[in-house]
Amino acid sequence: MKNFLKKHEYLERNSILLLVGIIIVVLIGGIIEIIPLFRMETVIEPVKGVRPYTPLELAGQNIYIREGCYNCHSQQIRPLRDEAMRYGHYSLAAESMYDHPFQWGSKRTGPDLARVGGRYSDAWHVAHLKNPRDVVPESIMPNYSMLAGREAKLDDLGAHLKTLRIVGVPYSDDMIANAYKDAMAQASNDSPNLAGLQARYGDRVNARDFDGNPNLTSELDALIAYLQVLGTMVDFTNYEPDTAKDKSEVK
Amino acid sequence: MTALSKQTGPIAYSDDAIRLFSLATVFWGIVGFTVGLFIALQMAFPALNFEPFLTFGRLRPLHTSAVIFAFGGNALFATSYYVVQRTCQTRLWSDKLAMFTFFGYQLFIVLAALGYVTGVTQGKEYAEPEWYVDLWLTIVWVAYLVQFLMTLIQRREPHIYVANWFYLAFIITVAVLHLGNGLSIPVSFLGAKSYTVMAGVQSAMIQWWYGHNAVGFFLTAGFLGMMYYFVPKRADRPVYSYRLSILHFWSLIFIYIWAGPHHLHYTALPDWAQTLGMTFSIMLWMPSWGGMINGMMTLSGAWHKLRQDPVLRFMIIAIAFYGMSTFEGPLMSIKAVNSLSHYTDWTIGHVHSGALGWVGFITFGALYHLIPRLWGRKEVYSLKLVDLHLWVATLGIVIYICAMWVSGIMQGLMWRSYDSMGFLEYSFVETVMAMHPYYMMRAFGGALYLSGALIMAYNFWRTIRGDVCKNETQAVAQGVAA
Repeated sequence: MKNFLKKHEYLERNSILLLVGIIIVVLIGGIIEIIPLFRMETVIEPVKGVRPYTPLELAGQNIYIREGCYNCHSQQIRPLRDEAMRYGHYSLAAESMYDHPFQWGSKRTGPDLARVGGRYSDAWHVAHLKNPRDVVPESIMPNYSMLAGREAKLDDLGAHLKTLRIVGVPYSDDMIANAYKDAMAQASNDSPNLAGLQARYGDRVNARDFDGNPNLTSELDALIAYLQVLGTMVDFTNYEPDTAKDKSEVK
Repeated sequence: MTALSKQTGPIAYSDDAIRLFSLATVFWGIVGFTVGLFIALQMAFPALNFEPFLTFGRLRPLHTSAVIFAFGGNALFATSYYVVQRTCQTRLWSDKLAMFTFFGYQLFIVLAALGYVTGVTQGKEYAEPEWYVDLWLTIVWVAYLVQFLMTLIQRREPHIYVANWFYLAFIITVAVLHLGNGLSIPVSFLGAKSYTVMAGVQSAMIQWWYGHNAVGFFLTAGFLGMMYYFVPKRADRPVYSYRLSILHFWSLIFIYIWAGPHHLHYTALPDWAQTLGMTFSIMLWMPSWGGMINGMMTLSGAWHKLRQDPVLRFMIIAIAFYGMSTFEGPLMSIKAVNSLSHYTDWTIGHVHSGALGWVGFITFGALYHLIPRLWGRKEVYSLKLVDLHLWVATLGIVIYICAMWVSGIMQGLMWRSYDSMGFLEYSFVETVMAMHPYYMMRAFGGALYLSGALIMAYNFWRTIRGDVCKNETQAVAQGVAA
């Protein structure tokens, strides 16, 4: 012990040594826990159906983040019996692989939203977001009536997609070039550009006038487009781990 | 290093920036507590949400940042600058840099706060500021590190005192965490929006590596630095055990870093990482209590001072709350417990027993010691008001955390309860309705805590003016003169 205290004196007498010692000690844990997560194939099981968000859905997610929805709503269903009954199949890692950043949340003042897509009609969402107490009298959620009257900012979505491509979301040149057109097409009924949108993001893309107001592509349109896709990309009726692909990727 | 300089005589300490930092601590504390009370009331009465700027979703980050970074941060700047000069027997390395960190840090707070209410956020808890604010904070923080380190280097004491180890670990680790979690790419250099480099699982792990160590290093290590200086000073006793300090320090900073994944139990994060996080969280109990014992036992032979000195009482109650919440934390990190507690108010209660009880009280204790000395007064205006603050705030905390324990555990149990047919017994909104009385109680507890802080502000105002309460015999505890 005496010897140890003597050795510790070096650190106590030398600021730089102390600083270096601290840095080494605090880096160890982080390195061991974080670095292995970048071996993606061991962390994210590939699943059919997961695709990057459409430009309109991305605009919706940005409104979700802007308003701080994550403060009260999680997007992560745990593999517990009651959560499976209440919310559906537990969340897969792949389902949030395009979320920059993740939206798992940490508190459920309101219910989990990981699989809220398709659960309620667009009209329900419109009413609920304008005044939650109109449809759920006991709700304590704030009103977001302003979203209906505000035009969604869609003209710079190409730049957003481009930025996301830098950090690894597989948006093609085609998707980036058509970002604005795709967003407009997704927010309207029977748009002539629907075929292009579906060619780029798949046939299952929800495309309609979400907020019921054809005169304005509002923030409500974008937010509801986002909410309606949550948890719907993976088809759990015939879900099976894509093991063949898995094996080919692990070399 | 420059050991034992030849210069003798008293040292002219650089205290201008410290005075500003301590006033800012009081100011931002009151702002942070007020916003906290307001959002607590929003949860009881949703009509108090005002679009677009004053909704819960935008104000909650304002509350957390105001108390952690504005109140806590200013307290850490003030005390670290004060402590490093006294324990190194030297002046701050640069007065100008000290002033730069003061104004730079306030600018950071204001920029972040403006962002939150206008919806400019990265959406990562406790790391919400957008890229340009992050960059600015980096500059200020590097200045802080340089200032602190250079002051250490030019010390006239051969040894670096233990409080400074904790301050140094806090400053450098927060820098590492901030840089690691802040990695993001702006959409354009003229716009506020950026995207985090990491996605999904990786982004979750890095966020909670950051988030938990914001607790571990910002709210724990830094404030332990405060404890290791102000408790011995106030009690006029040496730290209980030097060996325990060494053990406490290295084990705490080593183990804390691993605990982040306990925020992600049962999620899509790989199981091994969750288990590792849980294991280290449980181990963390030991260094935490080592620190608690070291702080508490510093009073051995001086327990009678608790009867005379309400300032010391603040510090000791703070250490007691530290012990309690660092016991509760490891408990909640056990997966089985976490499956119930996670996503509920239990977590909120846990955080507040640490934040209000430990961080708040040790800061109040330090400020009550610091402010009279910084303005050349013998003691605060009124020790009776200090005592009043102590009891009002303690009662507030107890009401707050009890309300959150009950509401959290109740909601957790309601979510997982089944009827005789095996169906879920409660709809989600029924569990929300059940929270209402506890949200009212919580707001009441918070209001008490805020009133305590207002009493403190009044006391400081009179102290700085140079008033001494007439009908009080200033029974100053022995040996508290600086």
